[in-house]
Order: sequence, then structure tokens, then C-alpha cells
Amino acid sequence: MNFSPITTGHYLVLSAALLLIGSVGLLMRRNVIIMLMSIELILNAVNINLVAFSRHWQQVTGQVFAIFVITVAVAETAVGLGILIALFRNRGTVLSDEIDLLKW
Amino acid sequence: MDAALFYIFAAMTLIGALLTVTRRNPVHSAISLILSLLGIAGIFLLQAAEFLFAVQILLYVGGVMVLFLFVVMLIHLEEAAKLRNYTRQWPVAVVALLAVLIEVLAFLNAGLPGLPPSPSPRPLLPGNTERIADALFNTYVLPFEAASLLLLVAIVGAVWMARKKEVAE
Repeated sequence: MNFSPITTGHYLVLSAALLLIGSVGLLMRRNVIIMLMSIELILNAVNINLVAFSRHWQQVTGQVFAIFVITVAVAETAVGLGILIALFRNRGTVLSDEIDLLKW
Repeated sequence: MDAALFYIFAAMTLIGALLTVTRRNPVHSAISLILSLLGIAGIFLLQAAEFLFAVQILLYVGGVMVLFLFVVMLIHLEEAAKLRNYTRQWPVAVVALLAVLIEVLAFLNAGLPGLPPSPSPRPLLPGNTERIADALFNTYVLPFEAASLLLLVAIVGAVWMARKKEVAE
């Protein structure tokens, strides 16, 4: 992989790296707020991918789909944080491994 | 110039993301996430997606991050920040992620197979925002309306979920 002319491949590598970092956060952190932030990172990695291919094919469809991804991400964040507040009010914790009411 | 800007924005994105997933204090994580999202906005600008650049700044950095910071402040986490940072099953996560990392590296090593060269840009393209509006309101009108419905449901759901329950007697 050469470094100087930036091709579509460079953007795909950046997207893959961001996806991996987001997955690390989602799988390894205990705090649910950080897990939600990691989901944002993953969805942004997808957006980079969509925009890179939109540029590659000179078509605007990828950017339209990126807008839909952003919409869904915002809805998910709002509902997730609402659930988190309700959870904290009822259980007094936001650590994912202490929320084990359904575990036997 | 273009390459230098790409590497600056990529470094912002990746360093911000790494700090987000490793910091102990959620406020520090949120601020690192802002750095990462700004880097992604720069990446969008480099790829001539000006509308998405504006949306990223306004919506993510302006809206979503304020929401995150509000919730972090609302839920006082001083004692949680002193506890363990990672779940107990983190070795399993490390193994799974290493497998994915090796797979990605193998793909990178092999190069991008079968990605044809991009077509030459057509002359007289109108602005980016106009083209997005064209696609959004002609071809993708139905998904657009579905997205608006989704946002409505999300707003109502979030308010309902986060509201203080009155104790019924």
C-alpha cells in the first residue's frame, strides 16, 4: 500500500480501523455510556465507507444512505440514553455486568 | 497537500477513538469522541461531501455530544470511575477482535481485489447539496418519510422512558 496519492483504499483502511476500535469499546467496556459512544464510532466508520464509495463512483446515493445512517444513529442514541436514565433511576448503576436481573 | 490533510484528519479520528474507548472518566471519553467526530467531518470534506460535513458538525458535535454530556452529568459516576474499567469477559473479546484484525490485515496485504477505476467525473455537476436533495426527494422519498416517522417515535420514546414516574397510590 503506497502512501502518497490518497485512493479509495486509504479511506477503507481508515474505516476498518475505526470499526475495530469501536468494537473494542463495545465489547470490553463496562460503562453503558461508553458502549453507546462506541456504537457511534462504529456507525461513523460505516459512514466513511459509504462516502468513500460515493466519491469513487461519482454517485450521490452513498451520501444519501449516510444521511439515513446518521438519522438512525441519532434515534438510537436518544432512546438509549432515555433507557439509561430510567435504568439508573431504578437500579442505581450503569455498569453492564451489574444489570443481571434476567441472568440465572 | 491532500495527502497531508488526509493523514492529519485520520490521525485525529483514530487518536480520538482510542482515547474514547480507554479513558476512565466518561467526560474525558465524550470530549475525545468530539475530537474523533471532527476528524470524520474533515474526512467528509476531503471527499467533497460538503452537506454531510455540515450535518456531522451540527448534528453530532452539536447535538449528540451535548446529549451525551448531559446524561454523563445527570448520572454521577464518581464511584463508578474508580472501579474496574473492563468487563470480566475481556479475554474473549480480545481473541475475537484479534481474529478480525488478522483478517483485515490479510485483506490489506492482498490489496483491493476487483475495485474498478472510478469513472471520469461528468462535466457541469451541480453542487453537492443540490444533488443530495435531488436524490433524497425524488428517488428516496419513501425512506425519507420513514426516517421522519422513526425520529418521531424516537423522540416520544426517549421522553417517555426518561420521565420521572409518579408513584401511584
